[in-house]
Amino acid sequence: MKITKDVVEYVAHLVRLELDPDEVGLYTLQIDSILEYMDKLNSVDTKGIEPTSHPMPIECALREDVEQDSFGVDESVQNAPERKGSFFKVPPVIETD
Amino acid sequence: METLLDLNISQLRELLKKGEISSVELTRFYLDRIKRYDNELGSYINITEDIAMDMAKRADARIAKGEEGRLLGVPLGIKDNFCAKEIETTCASQILRGFIPLYDATIIKRLKDEGFVHLGRLNMDEFAMGSSTENSSFQITKNPWNTEYIPGGSSGGSAAATASGLCVASLGTDTGGSIRQPASLCGAVGMKPTYGRVSRYGVIALASSLDQIGPITRNVSDCATLMGIISGYDSMDSTSFNHNVPDYSAYLGRDIKGVRIGIPKEYNIEGIEPDVKKTVDNAISFYEKNGASIVEVSLPHTEYAVAVFYVICTAEASSNLARFDGVKYGLRINGKDIIDMYKKTRRKGFGKEVKRRIILGTYVLSSGYYDAYYRKASQVRTLIRRDFEEAFKRCDIIMTPVSPTTAFKVGEKMKDPLAMYLSDIFTIPVNLAGLPGMSLPCGFNGAGLPIGLQIIGQPLDEARMLQIAYAFETQNNVKKIPDKYRNKD
Repeated sequence: MKITKDVVEYVAHLVRLELDPDEVGLYTLQIDSILEYMDKLNSVDTKGIEPTSHPMPIECALREDVEQDSFGVDESVQNAPERKGSFFKVPPVIETD
Repeated sequence: METLLDLNISQLRELLKKGEISSVELTRFYLDRIKRYDNELGSYINITEDIAMDMAKRADARIAKGEEGRLLGVPLGIKDNFCAKEIETTCASQILRGFIPLYDATIIKRLKDEGFVHLGRLNMDEFAMGSSTENSSFQITKNPWNTEYIPGGSSGGSAAATASGLCVASLGTDTGGSIRQPASLCGAVGMKPTYGRVSRYGVIALASSLDQIGPITRNVSDCATLMGIISGYDSMDSTSFNHNVPDYSAYLGRDIKGVRIGIPKEYNIEGIEPDVKKTVDNAISFYEKNGASIVEVSLPHTEYAVAVFYVICTAEASSNLARFDGVKYGLRINGKDIIDMYKKTRRKGFGKEVKRRIILGTYVLSSGYYDAYYRKASQVRTLIRRDFEEAFKRCDIIMTPVSPTTAFKVGEKMKDPLAMYLSDIFTIPVNLAGLPGMSLPCGFNGAGLPIGLQIIGQPLDEARMLQIAYAFETQNNVKKIPDKYRNKD
């Protein structure tokens, strides 16, 4: 096995996904077979090859730092599932007990 | 009225200008067709009828005043991952239900500037993850040529609606083949432009180094028209090219004699459907008979492309999808604290394929595995890119099938994600190398399902690709729109 249920559960926690045990089992099997397939990359000699992170040669896009119009506070929170006035409302972040 | 389906955008514009038809009539024609046929096809997830009629009325008023616009009064369908002001934009995901963008994607803005009519939002695999549109959280879209079959994906709604005449044309996005493969499977023309040719600003990202926007149309002329509108620099997308946009339409009809067509020997794989091979070979013979020369080329790292793609795509996707957290927009499921809220929201809001890719993508980026997967894949990506650079020293363009098979049946590949991934083997390398790729209908298999020829070009060589595609289209009458979607009444 390339990956275990414990690792899938841990990664799911890191990416803030709740999974039930059936899903953990299924994803472990499926991801394991995908990782096994990806292992074929190890047969390629990549010594000294620069990685490509961007397919086209582009220059760093710089612009003058000038003030521009942007959305107001009310517009910015307009899509929030819960809001209080012009704030995003979230459950407690800091433990209180 | 049915003959309207066979007119291209410039012909429609002529009729609109002369007042032989109004935009309201043209829009009503398409809305009626959607009502009549889309229950069966499921290509639209949101028909924006009121907005469409309003835009059509405004277009008619502008036409009456003698104003011009390359799309003035022309109704188009839009894949549901383009942010459009005041129109719900969901990526076919439950997590974005109810999300109303505050702004237009640059490309939506450009279409509006040209006067288009927004017919509605087209179905897709959730967050563009998939090759069959079965990963939509809303509905399954059917292939117009046989409704037991999938339309391809992820832009399956765009391809099905265009191919069945439920819009004049549509826009899609392509990360590993998501324009070309559904266009091929539905018998439409699809173009994935060079990475950087079209601004991605305001299109909800899957994998930022691979995503590109492009048209799906019923003919090459419309593809050229839309490419002329969507291409060009945008300061809001730091990866967009500051490079002149050619007059693509001016290249249509030019001679193709002397064009060197490269045929990659590695694409002659096992598992390619015999009818696909035969039909694509026939298309290539057509070019040879018309003065093109055929050159065998080699792309030796092709067999690694799918593995490279799924490392890079899932890694970038896992990062891009971190923003969907139940705070700023869309769905929220409350929990006992903020972490619990995130977890419950993302559990409920994301579908199976999205969760699978987020976990896989995070794993390949995680400490200890980064070098083995992400870095390694990025290095092999360099080798794939170089393969194309070498091949293009010997040819002007490359031709392959778009997909090794015609459309598969609904449900056939849903249990085996890897089999689904492998169906994109001919389109994925093009995204990894950032090149332009096009799907051109070139025939049908014995069961009447469409087959597409893939034309791969050098960076920013879309004009030549369109020229080459047009030569085939005008001399080979490949059927468009299945008979059942043409009424004689």
